[in-house]
Amino acid sequence: MNSLQNLRELMRRDRVFEFMLQKTGLEVDLSHGTILYLEDVSVSFDGFKAISDLNLYIDAGELRCIIGPNGAGKTTMMDIITGKTRPDSGSAFFGQNINLLQLSEAQIAQAGIGRKFQKPTVFEFHTVFENLELSMAGDKRVWPTFRARLDGAQQKRIGDVLEIIGLQESRNKYAGSLSHGQKQWLEIGMLLMQNPKLLLVDEPVAGMTHQEMERTAELLTSLAGEHTVVVVEHDMDFVRSIARKVTVLHQGSVLAEGSMDEVQNNRRVVEVYLGE
Amino acid sequence: MIRFFQWMLLISLIVTSSLVNAVAANQDDTLEIAVALLQSKSFNEKVKAIEVLETNGGEQAKILLNALLDNRVFYIKKDKRLVVGGSQDKEYSVSDALTGEALGTLHRGQLQKITLNNKMRRQIRSALAVMNLRNPDAEKRLAAVNQMLDRPEEEQAQLLEPLLAQERNDRVRDAMQIVIALSNLSSDKPEQRMNAVTALEGNIHPAVRNGLSRLQRETRDPAAVKKIAQVLETIDHKLRLYSLLENLFFGLSLGSVLVLAAIGLAITFGVMGVINMAHGELIMIGAYTTYVIQLLMPEHIGVSVLIAIPAAFIVSGAVGIAIERGVIRFLYGRSLETLLATFGISLILQQTVRSIFSPLNRSVETPAWMSGSWEINSALSLTLNRLYIIAFALLVFAMLYLVLKKTSLGLQVRAVSQNRSMARAMGVRSQWVDAMTFGLGSGIAGVAGVALSQLTNVGPNLGQSYIIDSFMVVVFGGVGNLWGTLVSGLSLGVANKFLEPWSGAVLAKILVLVFIILFIQKRPRGLFPQKGRAAEG
Amino acid sequence: MSVFNPLKQDRGGQIFLAVLLLAMVLVPAFNLMLPEASPFHVSTYTVTLLGKYLAFALLAVAVDLAWGYLGILSLGHGAFFALGGYAMGMYLMRQIGERGVYGNPLLPDFMVFLNWDSLPWFWYGFDMFWFALLMVMLAPGLLAFVFGWFAFRSRVTGVYLSIITQALTYALMLAFFRNEMGFGGNNGLTDFKDIIGFNLQEDGTRIALFVATALMLGLGYIACRAIVVSRLGRVAVAIRDAEDRTRFVGYRVEYVKLAIFTFSAVLAGIAGALYVPQVGIINPGEFSPLNSIEIVIWVAVGGRATLYGAAAGAIMVNYGKSYFTAALPEVWLFALGALFVLVTLFLPKGVIGLLNRKRVET
Repeated sequence: MNSLQNLRELMRRDRVFEFMLQKTGLEVDLSHGTILYLEDVSVSFDGFKAISDLNLYIDAGELRCIIGPNGAGKTTMMDIITGKTRPDSGSAFFGQNINLLQLSEAQIAQAGIGRKFQKPTVFEFHTVFENLELSMAGDKRVWPTFRARLDGAQQKRIGDVLEIIGLQESRNKYAGSLSHGQKQWLEIGMLLMQNPKLLLVDEPVAGMTHQEMERTAELLTSLAGEHTVVVVEHDMDFVRSIARKVTVLHQGSVLAEGSMDEVQNNRRVVEVYLGE
Repeated sequence: MIRFFQWMLLISLIVTSSLVNAVAANQDDTLEIAVALLQSKSFNEKVKAIEVLETNGGEQAKILLNALLDNRVFYIKKDKRLVVGGSQDKEYSVSDALTGEALGTLHRGQLQKITLNNKMRRQIRSALAVMNLRNPDAEKRLAAVNQMLDRPEEEQAQLLEPLLAQERNDRVRDAMQIVIALSNLSSDKPEQRMNAVTALEGNIHPAVRNGLSRLQRETRDPAAVKKIAQVLETIDHKLRLYSLLENLFFGLSLGSVLVLAAIGLAITFGVMGVINMAHGELIMIGAYTTYVIQLLMPEHIGVSVLIAIPAAFIVSGAVGIAIERGVIRFLYGRSLETLLATFGISLILQQTVRSIFSPLNRSVETPAWMSGSWEINSALSLTLNRLYIIAFALLVFAMLYLVLKKTSLGLQVRAVSQNRSMARAMGVRSQWVDAMTFGLGSGIAGVAGVALSQLTNVGPNLGQSYIIDSFMVVVFGGVGNLWGTLVSGLSLGVANKFLEPWSGAVLAKILVLVFIILFIQKRPRGLFPQKGRAAEG
Repeated sequence: MSVFNPLKQDRGGQIFLAVLLLAMVLVPAFNLMLPEASPFHVSTYTVTLLGKYLAFALLAVAVDLAWGYLGILSLGHGAFFALGGYAMGMYLMRQIGERGVYGNPLLPDFMVFLNWDSLPWFWYGFDMFWFALLMVMLAPGLLAFVFGWFAFRSRVTGVYLSIITQALTYALMLAFFRNEMGFGGNNGLTDFKDIIGFNLQEDGTRIALFVATALMLGLGYIACRAIVVSRLGRVAVAIRDAEDRTRFVGYRVEYVKLAIFTFSAVLAGIAGALYVPQVGIINPGEFSPLNSIEIVIWVAVGGRATLYGAAAGAIMVNYGKSYFTAALPEVWLFALGALFVLVTLFLPKGVIGLLNRKRVET
């Protein structure tokens, strides 16, 4: 009986099987205006539920801030979106058509999701220029990479980004010799070079001066619209300065969502943050 | 002068003969009767003589019967005295049949042989058997019964049946029943044969298997053939089970060696994250320590092994601490460099040993209490040294586990391995802990060397042959997990031994290696991985 | 920078290739043109010895490509070297033909000795030089590809990878020791007579082999250099320093590793194929883990991630080895062991690093 049912299930005509969906090289389909769907996502490490039944939708072109106390699952969520961690259950779609759970980290990056890590990671034994060159969007398969040459337009693009992140002077310095703040900027620059549809930015202003913070806020705001930006940040002043919509995570699921003022006046959020 | 010697000779003769007489006094009468009957020409008389000898049952009767079987009993033509002949050449050294008194040598021509027929030979054989079977010592009786198993004959059943009724010892009884059944296999009556077949079900003595297969070939009756086949199957099943158990035992003992070799590595590599390629040489140093201690106390081999255990722990541990303080501590966080540097150290240690002790293998004596084997039945016997090594490995594992779980050193080791800077902030002297942990792991390697010295020869390359295996065990079990090391060591040992009969020793080893290589690819963190976000890195 | 001129901005490489070229010309010239009495005469023995060093240098360059630039510390490159050597050895065995001790036209001596009546299938084709050359590259390449395919996809990295490469070569060593494998067991392949029709014992052949080795070393160096200066090379270094980051930038790390690792294995195989006709024997000892780990120390001594440093290191260490094993045999292992310890502790960038630092200071 059971096998018959399975067979019927297999023959259903209204279903498209996952293995038949095209995996890569596909433009992300944003026809419904939503760029990221996380539905009923759960993941646990050794019995500890880092994410439980998380539902999160990000609109295309949005600038979303995600806040939450330590251990709320912010970084784990990013890990799931970028393919570093596979959830135990749930689904994650990029646009209408790209199933993130079936792609490797590199494929996800090529599909148009860029990520900046909490701890700045750059290629220390490469110069600033080379760091940007390596991050540049393009054919990243082995042979084309071996044959790759920089053309004029690409040179210019790198120059532009160097200007945006304010590292023209240091373009031939090894990335390892940069200050912490400069590494943050370089990583943002690498993100820009990837030209992703969706930017995931984990604590971008940690270790930055107040001035740099303002510039970062400016940059992120200007990126929104053409790109979609998701920022995870602890610094509330920074969040207030850029936020249009804020999501509060708590114990691995969404606690509240809305404008900064709404969220701040939400009783449950206050409880979580102040422990009342 | 001569006279004096004659006197002495006379006195000594009197003394010895009177002693013999005293011992044999109560048996003399029957012996004399038998001796008289044997000289008769009639075979019937001789048969009677044998019966008399059997009831006599003394040592001299036994000697006489054995000599009869060998055609070495004569009477001297001159005085009709019955004698037992020594060598079988022209000259015979003879002794008195009654007393065993030596009578010098006589020429072949002076003697007349006592002749026997085949029926009498059989009679003598069973008489001898019965005499052994009546021995008051149960072990001797058992040996006699087991001897009959090797040469099954039909008469044995009749011989044993009356004895069975009197026998009190269970093991002897069981053995007797098997012999009876075995000899009944050749019985004329089909019914008795089949009863015997049933009685032999599950008996693994080779003679039983032979007897049954012979009967199977000779029997015509299909039902009987089927029954025999079925019984043979139960026997084969048991034999397979025992060979399985034996393999398991060999596997476990090999696995214990692997566990011993790897468990120190599980600490230095698993807990501290240090790749110590000189680990094998620390094992070797432990083995050489055993060798040196035996040289120092050649009179007390049995004790020397026991002394070698703490000594090897200290020597290898000290070398380990020296390595850690001298080299490894400058390389923390650079595991590939650690690997190379410790490999260099392993070369230096090897060459040092070669220079001191010569490149030749040295053998370490196994103490008496460790040699020999524990025989469970004819198909299964376990060698004692392997048994001790299994027990020893488990003991070392248990102690190490307790040290890590219950002592403050263990607590500090775990703290440092999980979060070095935090542990340091809590006041743990992390440098001291590093040195002690490394010393502990190295010391255990030395102890493993003591165990290895009991299994193989001790040579400069001893460690090299274990280093790759040890790493495989640790990686397979899951780095940082002592239980994993135990399980993986034992299971790899068993797997190796089970593959061996099928593929040969070398190929088994290759297969296990290839299996681990593939396994690591599938589960890079081993059998029992450490989970969680910390391990994700 | 361009693929066609990978030597731009590579002072060390230029010097290295110049010296190599000079050796390629002078060594044969000094051997052939100068009389034996001359103090500058290079004996044929020395020519072969130098050829052996150059084969090792090529091997070291291959290891440096994987270790220095990609961060894969392979303790199994000796296996690729030996496989290339065995492929060449099989060709040389089949060239012996009827001149073997048993005079069997088809079967090598050891097979006759083992009472085999036909050639195993994997010996077919090795009578042809081109086929053997193909196998010299294919056998190690294929093994590296299959091994890497599994290892890199499951993200085995660092010391774990090193240990399983070591297990790989160990397993191969055990396998090749078996007579049943069909590669001459314990004794390996030896008693070679000639190569593509030239007698291996003749001076001319030996000089040709030396020149061929030097040529391959030069070409191998340029090829590795081309990879290193390309964007692929920079991706490799990125993987070495921050593997995860490289993934999130969008590179398929496992494919990059696989490609470079396989190329490195092929180079090692070629080095082995050049080594075997010069030393006249290949046996399972070449698979021993000690050999593989020794290669790593050549690279470390010379200076990793420089390529020419690795080549120089191979020549220096092997010269030292030849010297010590002849003069003070029992000291050699002490010296080698000490070299491992001292280089890792005090010379993390090798001799080349030391020279460069000197140059910067002055």
